[in-house]
Amino acid sequence: MTEDDVVARLSSGMTIGIGGWGSRRKPMSLVRAIARSELTDLTIVCYGGPEVGILSTLGKVRRAVYGFVSLDSIPLEPHFRQARQQGTIEVTELDEGAFYLGLLAAAHRVPFYPTRAGLGSDMMLMNPDLATVTSPYPDADGVHEDLVAIPAFQLDASLIHMNRADAAGNGQFLGPDLYFDDLFAKAATSTYLSCEKVIATGDLLAEGSLHTLKIPRLFVDGVVESPRGAHFTECPPDYGRDEAFQRVYAATAKDPEAWRAFVDRWLEAPSHAEYLERLDAEGEGA
Amino acid sequence: MADLKPDANQPEEATIDEICAVAIAEAFRGDGEILCNPIGTTPIIGGRLARATFEPAMVMTDAVSVLAANPLPVGDDNAERLVEAWMPYRDMFDVVWSGRRHIVMGASQIDAHGNQNLAAIGDWRRPKAQLLGLRGAPGNLINHATTYWVPNHSTRSFVLSVDVVSGPGYDRVAPLSAAIRASHEIRRVVSNLAVMDFESSGSGDEPRRMRLRSVHPGVTVDEVVEATGFELAVPDEVPESRLPTGEELHLIREVLDPQGYRKAEFGG
Repeated sequence: MTEDDVVARLSSGMTIGIGGWGSRRKPMSLVRAIARSELTDLTIVCYGGPEVGILSTLGKVRRAVYGFVSLDSIPLEPHFRQARQQGTIEVTELDEGAFYLGLLAAAHRVPFYPTRAGLGSDMMLMNPDLATVTSPYPDADGVHEDLVAIPAFQLDASLIHMNRADAAGNGQFLGPDLYFDDLFAKAATSTYLSCEKVIATGDLLAEGSLHTLKIPRLFVDGVVESPRGAHFTECPPDYGRDEAFQRVYAATAKDPEAWRAFVDRWLEAPSHAEYLERLDAEGEGA
Repeated sequence: MADLKPDANQPEEATIDEICAVAIAEAFRGDGEILCNPIGTTPIIGGRLARATFEPAMVMTDAVSVLAANPLPVGDDNAERLVEAWMPYRDMFDVVWSGRRHIVMGASQIDAHGNQNLAAIGDWRRPKAQLLGLRGAPGNLINHATTYWVPNHSTRSFVLSVDVVSGPGYDRVAPLSAAIRASHEIRRVVSNLAVMDFESSGSGDEPRRMRLRSVHPGVTVDEVVEATGFELAVPDEVPESRLPTGEELHLIREVLDPQGYRKAEFGG
């Protein structure tokens, strides 16, 4: 598949999970394909990085559901910050661990998972739809404890980026952390996987140990080969974050003209191949 | 704040950043084999200092994805790690929920009962300033010990009432379950002026309130009280925060932060 083939299977109003973590191993070529599409009114669900800022600023997002939104080396995503301060997106902000339970509940097809996280904080006030449940089991003092019921995230689709995959959709991560990409895949009705390189099934174990094969094709509906597909976020060990590029992106939040130029040159590049050509031309010009 | 004068008992003159790192290290005293998880440059130096001296059993991350048993210099991504365990984020939540963790977080605002705001200034629906968000604070506070690091002690950071509660304080936790009350502990609040704690209970059923524990050298009690936007409990005797030992100064300057990254938070 191509990025545009994936977008053709999505529709406006969908709830879409996006894998990775902050500015780490984000499926950016798929995010850019959404950016240049007609899709709108999306709910995006993620441990957020630049995809939240990009899609919010382009008016694609109705609601963002997140554990946080950060560019890591730039702690607060500046486009997200602007969207919040201008009130242009609705948000469901959850404790980072509570967010994990929303994915887990969806993956396990139960309506919620209970947690203490959120009690006593303003997470409950910020999310008036969040309900509590009373434990059916008494504690040592005979008290039935109240817990927060984190509802399952009903994801219409998930987008994740892997280091390697085979053509059937068996995905492989080679970096230090899978993050929650396996749960995004299991939680969604359909999952599309982009990867640095598509290889033969028989070559997967030559790339990494058994423990790196955490995404079975059972949970994947389409594969896109997308070298440097996570750029400008990091995708170790294949490449680190393009910090210079990320700084340029971040700076456009305060400069509408620079943002327009960034959209034209990078986000509206008609294909991932064209994006890479422009990137390489930039590198040679520098 | 007054300049720090050399002390005859000290091998070298300690600077305020080093005194703060030691004050943070002291927050971990007695913790034993837990995950020491400081966030930010000065807290990381403080945590690693505690482990390198009086709390050797603590485990610590490399700030990425492993537990590293050796003392790492702050900000050095290429330092060789003595890896003792893999700690991807999902496993970190298991540690949080196990209670075997003591975190140091920042606080853009904090109130008398220790309610912390990292999330937003103004109405969270459409904030005047979006800050970091709730992050992991709600879950952290009710599962394990927390210390706050506030490098800019003023009436803007130590406030009567926080705009958003990210990490709940003692008044918010008082009506919650016995399990939560048993796990919730705000060990210390360390600022650039002083060290605070919550060790004096309020009268009767009153929730615990912040109390002045020590003032950093060159800072007066009155200065701290004036820089605090709520009524701070002040004991009759307020000692001075302890100075780093010669060994601690060596560890901070030569091992844990040879590049001097800690100076940045102090306008250096």
